[in-house]
Amino acid sequence: MSLLGDFVLRACLAGIGVALAAGPLGCFVVWRRMAYFGDATAHAALLGVTLSLALNLPVVLGVAAMAVAMALTVALASGRTYAVDTMLGVASHAALAVGLVALSFLSGVRVDLMGYLFGDILAVTAADLAVIFGGAALVSALIAWRWRRLLMATINPDLAAASGVDAGRERLILTLALAVLVAVALKVVGVLLVTAMLIVPAAAARAFARTPEEMWGLAVAVGVASSLAGIWGSWTWDTPAGPSIVVAAVLLLALANAAGALTRGRRADQTSSAGPAGASAVSSSESESSSSR
Amino acid sequence: MSAALIETEGLGVSLGGSRILRDVSIRVARGEIVTIVGPNGSGKTTLVRLVIGALRPTEGAVRRAPGLVIGYVPQRLAIDHTMPLSVARFLAFASRDRAARTRALAHVGAPGLERRQMIDLSGGQFQRVMLAHALLRRPDLLVLDEAAQGLDQPGTAAFYRLVETLRAELGCAVLMVSHDLHVVMAASDRVICLNGHVCCEGAPMHVSAAPEYRALFGHGTGGTMALYRHEHDHAHGDGDHAHHHPRAPEEAEEEA
Repeated sequence: MSLLGDFVLRACLAGIGVALAAGPLGCFVVWRRMAYFGDATAHAALLGVTLSLALNLPVVLGVAAMAVAMALTVALASGRTYAVDTMLGVASHAALAVGLVALSFLSGVRVDLMGYLFGDILAVTAADLAVIFGGAALVSALIAWRWRRLLMATINPDLAAASGVDAGRERLILTLALAVLVAVALKVVGVLLVTAMLIVPAAAARAFARTPEEMWGLAVAVGVASSLAGIWGSWTWDTPAGPSIVVAAVLLLALANAAGALTRGRRADQTSSAGPAGASAVSSSESESSSSR
Repeated sequence: MSAALIETEGLGVSLGGSRILRDVSIRVARGEIVTIVGPNGSGKTTLVRLVIGALRPTEGAVRRAPGLVIGYVPQRLAIDHTMPLSVARFLAFASRDRAARTRALAHVGAPGLERRQMIDLSGGQFQRVMLAHALLRRPDLLVLDEAAQGLDQPGTAAFYRLVETLRAELGCAVLMVSHDLHVVMAASDRVICLNGHVCCEGAPMHVSAAPEYRALFGHGTGGTMALYRHEHDHAHGDGDHAHHHPRAPEEAEEEA
């Protein structure tokens, strides 16, 4: 029992660690429409794995280095010749394909390809946990420190500039944070599902959040719940853990949207009865109609 | 002459191989309202972005008074619908003082919107909230880039009257881009006509009192524009820009 308890506990802690960092970062990925950018960065991690194995380096280092290189390349090159989504699509799939090909050249090394693609959370070691929580703390601290500036740059770069915030610098910080997260989450959900851990909890959080801070908190909560539910499901039905976590997150997203639609419907009923008086008090000189619900 | 809050010297910008602005030298002093007018593509918004520091010039320099605080109201700001942002939370970027936020909203004619989401506001409410945000920064310089867009005509007039009031109260300068030439004539201390470079600049007020102004007023904004006195001390024969003062370029169409 203690053996079972140990690795399940480590898996749960690993899932929680990734959710802590993925929550706030995922909000920015959603707000700034960086989903494809996240994919490209994550796929580059596979090349980082090859690099690490070939040079006998810790996998985390190679992965973080490649993720940073990819993120910077894409950030610099986007919008030059092709549309951004084309550029990102090329980069993302090229990184994946080149990574798979390069990995096949590594003769003599037994590589757990499935583990890198989809994660291997039940094999998390104490050392992995240290890396995960170190990375999660780094990402969370970085985002907390820059929170106000990151938000302003996200709302509008020009408005941020007028307030003395350099939107380019904030984007660079997000890019670096994303690379760290990819390195940290590799063991838990693998390169193919990293983006899901970013987007799905944040999207679920959107249904209820009224401020950016609420969305951060709710995204972390959804991420933690998905991790625990996914690990439980994996244990119960003997399914792969990484994909199970993502499935749990998607189910939570669906639930959140259904519940959100219900509460909004009820709120709309209440406001429509009190609506006209409130609306006319707000403005008399505007011809356009408010789009409020 | 009072010290300049902001001064540009020989500004030039090239984007993607084409030259948007060249040799633009303007200055805005404390307390004055300066309006930039010009046809579409004349570089008005580019100049504004240089002034607020969102864009670096290819040539020349922008000098800001030390410690200058800018309040900026952009032309159109699309907040992504995935961003949950109440009006109160948005205004908190400019001021942590809740009472001050409430006062600012009332001041710009949008009281009681604190709990509304930014994405649910109408165009007019949105611009007023943006103005409240700019005010809460206690700006030395208020920069408005077609800030009344999305308002109907009485709304636009009210908006610019409000800007004038605020200028008087705060003692700040105002630099604005406007399509509404009636407003420009009435409210500006100085008008800068831009078309890739500064074509001309001067005070519009004495012109608006002239009988010709009254006569031409009925012919739409084109008349207003033609009357605004030009000092064409430079040739326009180099042919690299179209210059259509007699018929106000795009304003007439947009107001029709």
